[in-house]
Parts: sequence; structure tokens; C-alpha cells
Amino acid sequence: MKFQIDDVTVYFPYDNIYPEQYSYMVELKRALDARGHCLLEMPTGTGKTIALLSLITSYVLSKPNSPLKLLYCTRTVHEMEKTLAELRLLHQYQLRHLGPAARILALGLSSRKNLCVNPRVLAAENRDSVDAGCRKLTASWVRALAAENPAVPTCDFFEQYERAGSSGVLPPAVYTLQDLRAFGKEKGWCPYYLARHMVQFANVVVYSYQYLLDPKVAGIISKEMQKESVVVFDEAHNIDNVCIEALSVSVRRQTIEGARRNLSRMRQEIDKFKATDAGRLRAEYNRLVEGLALRGDLPATDGWLANPALPDDILKEAVPGNIRRAEHFIHVLRRLVQYLEGRLETENVEKESPVSFVVSVLNHAGIDQKTLKFCYDRLHSLMMTLEITDTDEFLHIQTICDFATLVGTYARGFSIIIEPFDERMPHIPDPVLQLCCHDASLAIKPVFERFQSVVITSGTLSPIDLYPRLLNFNPVVSRSFTMSLTRDCICPMVLTRGSDQLPVSTKFDMRSDLGVVRNYGRLLLEMASVVPDGIVCFFVSYSYMDGIVNTWNETGILKEIMQHKLVFIETQDVVETTLALDNYRKACDCGRGAIFFSVARGKVAEGIDFDRHYGRLVIMFGVPFQYTLSKILLARLEYLRDTFQIKEGDFLTFDALRQAAQCVGRVIRSKADYGMMIFADKRYSRHDKRSKLPSWILSHLHDAHLNLSTDMALHIAREFLRKMAQPYDKTGSTGRKTLLSQEDLEKMVVGSMDMLY
Amino acid sequence: MSSGQVVKRAKYKTTVKDPGTTGVLKLTQDKFVFKPNDPTSANKLDVEFRFIKSHKHTKEGSNKPPWLNLTHAQGSYIFELESFSDLHVCRELVGIALSKNGEATKVISEEQLSAAEMTLRIKLLQENSKLQRLHKELVASGKLTESEFWATKKKLLDQDESRKLKQRIGFKNSLIFDTKPMSDGRINQVKFQLTPEIKYQIFALKPAVHQAFLNFVPSKMNEVDFWNKYFKAEYLHSTKNAVAAAAEAAEDEDLAVFLKDDDILEIEARKKVRWVDPTLDMEADQGDDYTHLPDHGIFRDGSKDIPEAQNSLYKRTLLQDLNRQGAVVLEGKTLDMEMENPRTVAEILARRKQETADGVPDEERRNRISMTPIEDLQEQDNHPFAPLCIKDPRDYFDSQQANAVKTLDDSQAGMEQMICNLGPEEAYGSLRASISKIKTTGLRDPLFSPEVALKVFNGLTKNISSAKYHLGKSSQESVLDILPNTTKEKLLDHWVCSQELLRHFWSSYPITTQNLNNKTRRLKDSISQIYSKLEEIKVSAKSDLRHQVSLVVHPMQQALDAALLHYEADIRKRNTRAPKPNGYV
Repeated sequence: MKFQIDDVTVYFPYDNIYPEQYSYMVELKRALDARGHCLLEMPTGTGKTIALLSLITSYVLSKPNSPLKLLYCTRTVHEMEKTLAELRLLHQYQLRHLGPAARILALGLSSRKNLCVNPRVLAAENRDSVDAGCRKLTASWVRALAAENPAVPTCDFFEQYERAGSSGVLPPAVYTLQDLRAFGKEKGWCPYYLARHMVQFANVVVYSYQYLLDPKVAGIISKEMQKESVVVFDEAHNIDNVCIEALSVSVRRQTIEGARRNLSRMRQEIDKFKATDAGRLRAEYNRLVEGLALRGDLPATDGWLANPALPDDILKEAVPGNIRRAEHFIHVLRRLVQYLEGRLETENVEKESPVSFVVSVLNHAGIDQKTLKFCYDRLHSLMMTLEITDTDEFLHIQTICDFATLVGTYARGFSIIIEPFDERMPHIPDPVLQLCCHDASLAIKPVFERFQSVVITSGTLSPIDLYPRLLNFNPVVSRSFTMSLTRDCICPMVLTRGSDQLPVSTKFDMRSDLGVVRNYGRLLLEMASVVPDGIVCFFVSYSYMDGIVNTWNETGILKEIMQHKLVFIETQDVVETTLALDNYRKACDCGRGAIFFSVARGKVAEGIDFDRHYGRLVIMFGVPFQYTLSKILLARLEYLRDTFQIKEGDFLTFDALRQAAQCVGRVIRSKADYGMMIFADKRYSRHDKRSKLPSWILSHLHDAHLNLSTDMALHIAREFLRKMAQPYDKTGSTGRKTLLSQEDLEKMVVGSMDMLY
Repeated sequence: MSSGQVVKRAKYKTTVKDPGTTGVLKLTQDKFVFKPNDPTSANKLDVEFRFIKSHKHTKEGSNKPPWLNLTHAQGSYIFELESFSDLHVCRELVGIALSKNGEATKVISEEQLSAAEMTLRIKLLQENSKLQRLHKELVASGKLTESEFWATKKKLLDQDESRKLKQRIGFKNSLIFDTKPMSDGRINQVKFQLTPEIKYQIFALKPAVHQAFLNFVPSKMNEVDFWNKYFKAEYLHSTKNAVAAAAEAAEDEDLAVFLKDDDILEIEARKKVRWVDPTLDMEADQGDDYTHLPDHGIFRDGSKDIPEAQNSLYKRTLLQDLNRQGAVVLEGKTLDMEMENPRTVAEILARRKQETADGVPDEERRNRISMTPIEDLQEQDNHPFAPLCIKDPRDYFDSQQANAVKTLDDSQAGMEQMICNLGPEEAYGSLRASISKIKTTGLRDPLFSPEVALKVFNGLTKNISSAKYHLGKSSQESVLDILPNTTKEKLLDHWVCSQELLRHFWSSYPITTQNLNNKTRRLKDSISQIYSKLEEIKVSAKSDLRHQVSLVVHPMQQALDAALLHYEADIRKRNTRAPKPNGYV
């Protein structure tokens, strides 16, 4: 269908549209017109992504002269693929209606690991070795060497792509990662460098958050994006955590040892160069006098993870004199490593601010703040000069330099915490020095400053006024949409008691109680016998899940559960988890369904959908609070209290409930879908906890469902499932409309939108 | 089995005790032929299935050899087949053949049922209480005979039979790792139970054990030693002592095979992951995650768990086992055979594995992206049913009237159908003539008078509106819901009963045998009984409900009426008309 929103003709690939999708587009358009940032919360299962993509692409189409570009950020690669698949559907629709004028280039960008097609490089196990393997074949000096000596191996795909020169472009279309690989294989071109190159010309780029937020990556990938871009952060409820992680570093014993090895290796290389090619080192020296800005001239294949958040003006400064000479720099690093090792040898937990840390570095190791700040880039330059290709071996010294630069750059928003052992395993000494960021706005600040519009959207952004404070920006539009349901297709319940009427909870003093464990098991068993198809369970942590599943196994409950459905579990091994998920889906497709055990805050909870028959029931066992004794968390809470006047308890509850909402929200995808959500913990019945849930869940949480025991929940589940099996009118013509056709929309434009809300 | 022919080696026995004659049994849809290996033997058979009344067979797992028993009027033919799988094949074909010849067979062997058939019927009745009630109502009261009752339920019987044959048994979804050591507490000794079934499952679950079995047995050790070692390793696992396991493994390299992580599984997992739907692929996420470079990100904030301990190599977790268990159950048994000899099982399994080798993943994987469009936003045009609505009442009544007239004609004019030998030209001419006639005169006289139509129409709408008034707003409620429970149940019972009777009634026309004649007479009696019962219900209903009840009862009575009418008309017809040539009674 197509319809007008003011001056924009929106092409929407479906025949009907939900009213909230329409309002969402209206708000989004307002933000685009105002060239400002916006914050939009819309319940899961109302087609956020497609609404967003439709509006923005249509907006660009209606203004053919604007160079507006869409940077769509997802949290995970699989979400990236899903988004691109939806975009392709939309693109096909637009092509049908507009012809070639609607052509766009849209592509996903990921790491070499996911894009490389060279079987030799791909054989490597992990991401870092793939990156290094690629550099070994494509670095400029390797290629120069290969030009003289044909025995030196290079990458055919890359060479062919280089040879293609300016004709090496992607024709306009929508490319998923799979498509890119297929295209690269067919043409014999390297998909990774092709994609990296095409990003500048693409109309839509879909990639991961960190390509914009993590300064290490953002510097090389996103530096050429123009200001006239719309940046979208989808599923952005965790964005503050991503920002914080992007700027945090930790140093452990292994890091120190590794860094030592790296340094001696570099020392040897320097000696070798001194003997054979002293001119090269001198050239580097001269370049450093000129300033770091020259880095931009390096060929793309030598591209490095860039400096963490160095302001542009620093790049033009000359590198401090004391580290310009290679051997001096190595010496400085040795002293720094020595100092850090000394700090790790501690008996007690220490907490320090960056400022006092920098002072003590100066006093004990004689390294000043400015030198620290330049460490990362100096290292980068040195490794380039020394022609080091096995970069994965040098991760440790990079970590040290990363740490030094961050400490030297930021005076506030950070703290340094040194712990001699993990709180939970005090008998195993494992000292760690952590530089942790508390201020989420630091990492995202360049994004807000650089781009015209930033859209932050998710199904759970409640309370919506908190995010602008955490991220320190002023949205022009900030709205939370409710869901207009045709029928009550979600059924949230709060289960406070087991079948024996004793309370259930994962509170610390209750979680190992056998009665609670048994009651949770009985709950799952009873539900497995009633609910058809898929059931998803979320636990508060891996260790808790591991413990409870083992206990269920010993007491025989697990065996009974397995008589109803197959059981699959998320483990810490991603390959295994991926296969388990795949099998889970297969089981749901072909049989009595299955049960998937997963962890809140885990990888599955982040972005796997359990829509339709893949999830008819989600059980959230417990409240997923963070580990509150963690020193880092305490430091962050303190920072939040001092800067934003957010109470510790409030923040913890907010954080736990947004995770819980995120978990249960995975169950519903459209209004035709349906599912139940059980919050199994007595603490959910308290108003202060519950009220933090997003409004679209709260509005379906009846008062009668706030304090249930297992048998009552079972009864409600039966009733609900029976009700959902009845045919119903999809357009919801009784009362207000929940599905709009093109006609309805045209009528509405004449009237006013306020009819709907 | 679609070929419709099966040839198997078998022994033919005249009695159970008979040692048997070896030979070849050939089964087709119509008959079976037995040729003894010794051409001089007298035991040649060539029998058509229509002489066979029923078949029996020995059960798998019982200690009897695989026998197929085909019963005929004077006795039975017993064949001993070579294996149970052969038996299944034969049995299936015999089942099909017998059901094909079923009609004929049934007539001959009316009340003689095989025990198997009987138990099946009893089982069906037990499972289905409604069916049971119906059976009691109709058969017990003599309205229908047993065989008549089941004749219409044949599908139910067949379906059950074929289901039994087709479904293969998969693995049990219980942890095989659960083969809990049984320790009697007195001596320092543990016992494990091991059956061929369990062995097979172990092979499927753990390719490493499977591999080791192929390598070691019997060259390096015998089977008993092998399983001893295996269970020793299992026991070490169950003690959850990773250190002890590691120590033992260091001493005994054979034992280490069982204790270490399964390399084969890992390789297989890597292969499989490449086929996974990209929207699930979390491995790709990890490959794209630059925030969590080693030592980057927040290391110890409590949301992440403690990294695994050092001896993780020897620490297989329950969670992994559960995942593996699910995967194997989902794959199902790849072979269907006797599991006597683990060696052969192992070899066959290995062969199967090779067959399902890898292909080119990329293209297929692209098609696996599960982007299901949002269902309810799409146009809803592809519904498989047409909405029921009467757009033009006039049209509807006309067509109904035409039908009514036709049936009227039939019943009044009896069999007076003209035998017309009209050629196409004549028919065309007559059609043209009538069209032109209508063209000139127009349709002046509708088929029936407008007054009558109006009356009918009004009557109908009145009913509709009053029903609507009583039924309130929701369309889900039906008239039945407002009736008292006893009446409702009685009505439903009668409804089911009358439906069954009517089905029998109409299916016995045209009456060709005396049997059918008797049957219709019986049926007619019971139909009129039900009719009067319905009448009773109607009269006894409370005045405020009477109208609703009569609304429900009316169509039932109409249907019964039609049957009775037909019966009368038929009787009259047959009485007036003399015997007919075509075997009419």
C-alpha cells in the first residue's frame, strides 16, 4: 500500500498497516524534518523495523536531491540479516511501484570472519586469527614483496578486486552477508574490502552498534560517513551498557606476561631493522614529528583499529618527543607494564580515579599524561613500521596501550578498580586491574554530534525520560506507543507461589532452597503438559541455571519434563547454542514442541525471536538483578547517584525489569501471534518492581493475575489457549480499528490522527 | 509397498508343529503363491485372497519366530519368514489385500472375527467414549448388527491398522547417561544395565565411543572389556571429579578416549553451524564483536559468569548432554533393524554417516533466512473456504424450489423417467425455442406466487430475528447453550444417533438383497422411534424454550421425515412393480 504523510509518499510493502505503525512513522518523519534526534518506544511485535525502513527510504525517495543516508545499527549479526531481509522485501515492492527510480544500494557490513571467502584464511578458528590471516596476505608490504617474489602467497580475491580498480563496485540492490559472499565468490573479488569500499556509496548500511560506538572500530569504518545521515539504533534498550563496555579495559596477569613477550619481540625487530634498514625507522620519526594526521594516507588494508576517541585536534599535534624514537617508546612501555604489574600485586580491593592514577604513574614510572595519551597511536605506527602481520599475537600490548590512552584522555566518568580475586571464588587468586567507564554518554557523544538524526528505538525504553539523561542528549521527539490489540493475545501472569502454596523467588537466601527448586520444576512440568509447541525459560544466570537443571535431573523432574517435550539449553559455547536453537526450531516445526532453557542477559535473550509456534509461553524464573556485590557495579551506581541523582535501588530495579521485559517480549511478533508470559517470583507482585515493566505488558496484566499459584496459573493457561484457538476478526471492527487498509488511511488523513489515541 | 508385490523366502507349515517346507512366498494384491524349493514337494500353494478371512502374526519381541498366519474356511496357512522386517512387509501387503477384498470377505465371515480385530474394536470403543455410547445405543438395542455398525467405521479401523504399521519408533527421550550405576552398598562394586537398545543409543549419542568401538573391537580388546572401560569412564563422570578423571585418563590412554571431549562431535558441529539459519547464527555475532577483544569490555561486573575451570577438558556438563540428547532424538533412528550384534550396528551406522556427507552450504543457507512476513498485515484472500452467505434471497428460494419440485416429481412419478434419445441438434433446437419464447413473452409467471414467497421469507426472518433476540450479542453462543443441560444432552444424543441411523439407512439403497431389505425395515422402526422421542422433547420443553427447542429439533425431524417418506415411497414402488431383472429383490 502507499499513502501520504504530509509531503512524503510512503511505500509500505503490506496491504494493511497497524495504526501504531502509522503514528510511529508520523513521529519519525517529524524528527527527520526537524533534523534532530528522537527516542521511540514501541511494543515488540508491531513491526517496528519495517515501519522504520519504509518511512526512511520513502523519505529519501521523495527528496531525490538530498544525500540522506541510513545507518542502521543492530546488536547482532543475525538481526542484521533479518533487517536486510525485510529491507529486500520493501525494496522489491518499491521497485514494482516506482521502477528503476527506486533503486538503492543497501548492504550489511561485518568482520572478515563473516565475510571472507578465502578458504585458507577462513580455516582459522577465531576472529582475530582470521583478521591476522587476512593481513598476512594483503598488507601493503606483503604485496610489495610478492610483486618481486612470486613465491610469497597473496590472496587471489583481494588481488582480483584491486585489479578491477574503479570498476569493482556492487550494482544497486539489497545485499545480506550471504549475498555479499556469493557475489564475491562469483566475481572472484574480496567481499570484505568490496563492502568496506561500497559503504561510502551505499544508501543503506546495516551494521553492528560497535561500528559506530566503539572508537577502536568506528575510526576506520565510519569515519567517512557524511553528516546527512540518519542513524538508527534498533533494540536500543541496552545501549548504555554497550557504550560503557566500549570504553572499558581490563588488565590481568596474562595480559602483563603477553605484553612482555610482545615487547621483547618488537625489540628484536627494531634491532634487526637497525642493522638492515635504518632509514625506515628514521622516516617514521620524521612522520611522527609531522603529527598523526598522516595516518589517513595509509592503504586500506593496513587499516588499524583506531585510537579510542581522540579528538581531531590532537591528531594534528606532534607526538611527544620522548616516544618518537622506537627504542624509547619500547622503554616507556616496559616501565608502564612494570608499574601495572606492581599494582596488580595487591591484597585488597583498591579503587582509584583516573587523575590520581595518572599522578602515581608519573611518580613511580615517570610517564606523563600526554605520553600516555599517545600510546595507542604510537604503537600502531611502530607496528606498521616494523611490518608486523601476525597482529593477533600482539593483542596484549595493544590492550596496555589502549588502557594508557584512555587513562590519559579522560579525567572523569571512569574509575580504576583493582581486585585480587573474584568475590565468588575467593580461594583462586586472579588479580585484575579494570578501567571501567561509568558514563555512557562519552562513547555516544561523537555520534550525536556528527549525525543529523539519531533514532533510538526499542520495545522496552521505559522509563523513557531516563535514556536522554543517561546518554546526555536532547531528543526532539520522545514517545512511547501503546499497542492496540485486536484481542488479548498476550497473557502476562505473576506467579508467586508453587503448587504447595509456598512462595517462590530467586532471592539470594531462597534460591538454593529445595522447595523453591522443586516448585519451579513442577511449574515447568505442568506447563509442558498443557502448552503446545515451544516453551522458553529464562533463568537469572548461567550458574543458577546449571544448578537448577542438575537438581531437577537428580530429583527426576527433568525426566518427567522430557517425556513431554525435548529440552535444549543455551550454553556458554556459541556453536553449541546455535545448534541447540536450530534443533529447537526443528522440534517445534515437526513435533510436540520443545523447551529452551536460556539466560537473561545472555546471547539468546539479546536477539533471538521466539515468535509463533516457536514460543507460546515464556517463563521468567526470578528477577534478573545484576550481581550487586560487584565492585564495578557499585562504582557505577555511585557515579549515577552523584551525577544524575538516580537512586541505586531504582537503577537496579530498572535494569532488572528491562531485562525481564526483553526476555518475555521475544514471544510475540504480530497481532496474529499470541503467547503467555509467566513472571515466576514473588517479588514481581510488588508494585515498585512491577510498575517498571513497559506499559504494553502492564496493560494486559490483570489484577487477578498478580498473585497466582501453579495450579491457578495452569487453569488460566488452559483457558487462554482455548480462547486463542477461536477464529477472530483480524481488523478488530468492534470498537476501534486495529488494522488499517489504504482506504482507512485516506479517510483518516481527512479527519485527524487523534481519533486513534 | 506400492509395487503391490512382495517376494520373500519363507517356510510353509500346515500346522504349528510342522517343521515346514522351505520355499519362496510371493504376495500380490489378489493372491499369494508359495513355491517350495524342492519342486517335487506337494506343498505348492496358489490361493486368492478372497478366500482368506483374516491374518495373524507373531509379535516382535516375543520369543516366537516370525510367523504369518492366514486363516481360511477350513484352517490356516502358516508361513515362517526369515525376519521380522520381512514379516512387516508381508503383513502390510496382506492387510491391504484383505481390506480390498474386504467387502466380499466380510459378507461370508459375518460374525467370525479374528481376535486381533476384536481387540482393536474394543480398544477403539474404550478410547472413544462417544463411540462407545453410540455402540451401546444402536447395537445393544439391536437396531444395528455388530458388523453393520463397524462397516461404516471401516476407516477408523484401517487408519488404526496402517498407523501401527507406518510409524517407526524413535529414541526414548530419556537420558541414556542416566544408566545410573546401581550399587548395593555392601561391596565396592557398581553395576550397569546394558541392552542392545542402549548400545545403539550410546553409539548415536557419542560418535567417539562409536569410533573407538570400530577401532578396538575385536582387534584390541573384546566387547566385554570395551564396555567395562566405557562404564568405568561413565562412572568417573558421574562422580563429578574432573581431577580424578584427568588422572585416570593420563594413566590409561584407552580410557582417555571416553573421558575426553568428543572431537567428532565438535567437527560435526562446526560443519552443521554453516547450515544454520543465519538469523540464528550466534557464532557470526561473536566474529563481529570487537568490543569483547580479550581484556576489553568489562571483565568482572557480575553479569558475566566465572570462566570455566582448568580441567574443562574432562568436564562434560549435563547441559551438553541434554542438548546432544535432544539432537539425537530429533534426528531419529536412522536404521530399523535387529540390534543383536553391536559390531554390525556400529558398521552400518558408520556407513550411514558417510552417505549424509556435506554439500555446498552457502546457497541453501541463503534460502534458510527465516523472514516470515507479518501475517495479518497481508491481504487475506487465500482462504480455502468460501464465505456462506445468501446474497439474493429470491435467487436462493428459486433454486430451492426447483430442487423441491424435482424431488416431488421423483417421488410422485416414480420411475417414470423418459428414456430420451435426443440428439444434440434436437436439444439445441428446443433450447433455442424456449429462449426465444422467453425473450418474446418475458418471465411473466415466476415459478411460484409472490405472496407465498413473501410469507416464507417473513417466516424465516421472524425466526432469525427472534433467535437473535434471545441469543444476545455473542455469535459463539448457540441455541443449545440456553437449554437446560439434560435436554441439551438428550438432544445431542438423539442427534448423533439419528445421524448414524440415517447414514446406514441411505447407504442401504438401492435395496438389492434380502439382507438390506431387513435392515431398512429395522432402521425405519428405530427412526420412527427417535422421531417420536424428539416430538416428546419438543412437547415437554418449557414454554419459553419451546420455540428454541423446536428450532433445533425441526431440521432433525425433517431429515428423519425425508427418510421415512423415502421408505414409504420405495415400498410402494416395489409393491406395484413386478420383479425386476437386475437382481432386485
